[in-house]
Formats: sequence, C-alpha cells, structure tokens
Amino acid sequence: MTAKTRQQTYLAQRVQNMPASGIRRFFDLLGSIDGVISLGVGEPDFVTPWHIRDAAIRSLERGHTHYTSNYGLPELRSALAAKLAELYGVRFDPASELLITAGVSEGLQLALSALLDPDDEVLCPDPYYVAYRPCTELAGGKFVPVPTEMENDFKVRAADLERRVTDRTKVILLGYPANPTGAVLELEDLKAIAALASEHDLVVVADEIYDRLTYGTKHVPFASLPGMRTRTVTLGGLSKAYAMTGWRVGWIAAPPELVEGMMKVHQYVMMSAPTPAQHAAIEALKYGEEDVRQMVAQYNLRRRMMVDGFNDMGLLCFEPRGAFFAFPSVRSTGLSDEDFAERLLLEERVAVVPGSAFGDGGRGHVRACYAASTDEIDEALRRIKAFVDRC
Amino acid sequence: MSNILKALEDDARLTPERLGKLTGLSPQEASAEVEKAERNGVILGYRTIIDWDRTAEDLVQAWVELRVVPQQGTGFDAIAERIARFDEAHSVFLLSGSYDVGLIVQARTMHDVSNFVAEKLATMEGVQSTVTHFIMRRYKVQGVQTVSHDSTERLAVSP
Repeated sequence: MTAKTRQQTYLAQRVQNMPASGIRRFFDLLGSIDGVISLGVGEPDFVTPWHIRDAAIRSLERGHTHYTSNYGLPELRSALAAKLAELYGVRFDPASELLITAGVSEGLQLALSALLDPDDEVLCPDPYYVAYRPCTELAGGKFVPVPTEMENDFKVRAADLERRVTDRTKVILLGYPANPTGAVLELEDLKAIAALASEHDLVVVADEIYDRLTYGTKHVPFASLPGMRTRTVTLGGLSKAYAMTGWRVGWIAAPPELVEGMMKVHQYVMMSAPTPAQHAAIEALKYGEEDVRQMVAQYNLRRRMMVDGFNDMGLLCFEPRGAFFAFPSVRSTGLSDEDFAERLLLEERVAVVPGSAFGDGGRGHVRACYAASTDEIDEALRRIKAFVDRC
Repeated sequence: MSNILKALEDDARLTPERLGKLTGLSPQEASAEVEKAERNGVILGYRTIIDWDRTAEDLVQAWVELRVVPQQGTGFDAIAERIARFDEAHSVFLLSGSYDVGLIVQARTMHDVSNFVAEKLATMEGVQSTVTHFIMRRYKVQGVQTVSHDSTERLAVSP
C-alpha cells in the first residue's frame, strides 16, 4: 500500500466493514423536523426513581469517587445475587459468578470477546438487537442469523437453529424478551434450545435485559434450566426495569471460569463500572421493587393501547409479551418498512424504526416503542391511521 | 377496577374510550365501573390541581393542630366531622402523636385564617388547644411538584 492510499483512511478494515446503524441514518433525518412524536426510542420514558438518584448523590457526598473492584462493589454483587435468587431461584456466588459491567452493551462485548476464536460462529434469532452482529464481528466471530416469523410470534425454533449448526458453531445468542419484536420464549421453547445446546456443546449467551418487563407471563432465565448453568452467560442490567439507561450499569452471571475470562477483558477495557451508578444500583435492587411493579403496570396499559391501535387500523401486530415494543407488519400498505417509516416521518411527523434495521427478519415491519405517554401514543396512532388510510 | 382508579387518579380527564383501551374493557364497561365507584363513594370527586402562587389570587393555607378531648360514644369522629363541614377546612385528619386532629385551613388572607382558628376552632367544645403553622411555600401539592420538574429529554431514536 502506498502512503497516498493509506491516507484516504486511517480506519482499520474491520471498522470500515462495520455498517452504520440503520437507526443512525434515521436519527439524522429526524433532527431536521419539528413537532415529531417519537416512537423510535429504546428506553423508558420514566426518570430514574428519586430514591435511587438520591442514593447516588449521597454516595458522591461521602466521597465514593474512586475505582471499585474490577468485579464491582461486593455489596452490589451480594444484593444482585439475592435479587436473582428471590426472582428466579437461581443462586449465583457473588464472589465468583457475578461481574458488574458498564451496561449490557459492555457485557455483550466481554462475552463475545472472551468466548469467540476467529471464525467461531454465533447463531442468533433474526430480527436481532442492532449491536449483536457488529459486536460478534468485532470479536472476530461469524454471525449466523436464524430467521423467525410473526406467524410463530417471532420465537426461534430449535430446529431452525439446529439446521445452521456447523463444527464452527460456538454460541447461541438469545435476546428474549426481544428488542425489536417484544417476543418472549416460553419454558417449552427454552427446553428445546437447551437440549440442542447440550447436544452440540454450545454456549448460550442470554441477553436478559428485558427480564422484568413481561406481561401475563413470567420470564424464565436460561440459566435456570436443568444443566444449563455451566454453559450459560447471562447478561442483565438495570436500564430497562429501573429506568436507568444513562447510568450504564449491568452485569454478567456465568460460571467462575467464564467470569474470570470476561473479567480479564473488562479490567483492561473498562476497569470498573461507574462508581456512583453502582451505589445507585444497590439502592435499586434492595428497595426498587415497587417502582418496577408500577412501571410495568404502566407499560402494560400502554401496550394494550398501542397493539389494539395497530390492529384496528389494519397493521397486523402479534401480541408482544415482553420489553416495550410493538412490531406491526406494514406489508398491507404495499410499502417497504423503510419507505413506510420515512414517509410517516415526513408526512405525519411520527418516528418509528424500520424493521430491517434489525436484520432481514425485520423486513416488512416497523418497531414502535410504547414507553411514551398515553397522550403521545393516542396522537401518534391517530396520525399513523391517517397515513395508512392514504396508502 | 384498581387499574381504572389508578389511571383516573393520574388523569381525571380520561375518556371512557381511553380508559377502556388502557384497561382492556369496552368504553361502556369502563363507564359502568366508574359510575359504580362514584356511587360507592370510592371516587369522591374530580378536582383540578392549581398552583395559586403563580396567579394573582390571594390564597393562604395553614396547618393547624388541635388537641381534643374525645367524646363519649363518638370519640373524635363527631368533632372532626363538625370541623370538616366548614368551607375553610380544606383537609381534616385524625393524627397519632402529640395532637389529635390536624387540618389544612384555606382562606383568602392570614386574617381570615386567624379568625377562623380563634373564633371557630379554639372555641369549639372539646378543643383544648390549637397550634397554627402558616404554609409559606408549596413544593408539592397532591403528588405534583410545583417547582422542579424532571427533565424528560430522550434521544428521539435509540437502539
């Protein structure tokens, strides 16, 4: 390579290869328009409950401004172990099986970096969260999407996973309750995947960030299935359940050997999760249960409103039983999901995210977040209906 | 039912259509539930929360504590209910602790409040003593903050 060509970009090939987020392009377009109702967000509309913010303020007043243990504050790991045992009956050793991370985003990168050798394959239900593919590729792995469909409530079938297993398959990456679809997996679905993981000796990375946001069903952690503890890396966090997205605090629960490996990466790339956020997290886990209950009840009310609204206007929408997204099909309008989202934004000033931003499996759908006020949802639905009626 | 009440407690202006959507009922069913709650006295009324400090209107509130001799047969109820009948009594409570009855008195001027306490409350049979605290500033009224509001800024699109 000549000096001249090198100067065209200093970026490494692997970063050049990384596609820009489909969401990003949309965000730029949106910035130029006023009066938009955005259903394009992926975070709660609630502000972090005050007692949790207060705990962080007090920690700062007491001068807790230093690094913590790489693993995270011992008190936080104990509180987390207690919470997971209380919710799911799964007992993790706070000293060796839990690692506090700067959100699930970091946890995901740690897990994939620690697990994948070059060209190891990661099976992942499609549509998938936007970070899964680039993080897999950044870690040197090969991302293998496994299609899911609305007709099966966007649940991945073990048989569809199995068809794509090769001798390089190392990881099944599951994100349920799912962003963008709102899908959940039931015990039977999970058991079939567990059998597959055992048979092919695969590691399951279970991104369970939406575990607390389920409606009419209770989340089953993958690690709670018989025999799965030793091959499961669970990623969790406080962002969604406690409305703490900006704090950047999450966790990994995994067998000691894997935690040790991920901690090695974590200590070099992050050192430790933000200290004030860890203090806030202790407060949330110990005293935030009522907040979670109230927020989930609110999301549930809005969920009904939005799902009924889409179905009433002829945009077919399966019942999402987790997270805070509806994922209606826009095929009946004859538009692609990208055209639908773009025209809806320009003509009616409502932002939704085109489903294809989440992989080929999302094509023909849009993601609409119901973590918005009922007034906003009402007005957004009114505008979307006006748009659909014109199509 | 409790879903309907919670939704209405947050926003009394919800229409039957909206209430129904939020709770999984038809508008007719939602209306019927609301009417039932009104009849049973579960829903006491519908009011507007106003920050009068931001208006040109004069309005004074005081927190008044009363020590009361309970009456035979009715305890504190008869006297508390008698106090509650006055328009100036904005809210009335039976308290544990050093005082027996606490009330928020609301009137146009401090003079009006003083008169009410001195002439109506202090002289009431069974009332042993009164302590009046004028409210100087309201930070939160019926669950709504008057001064600082949380930011609701979010990115318009996020993953």
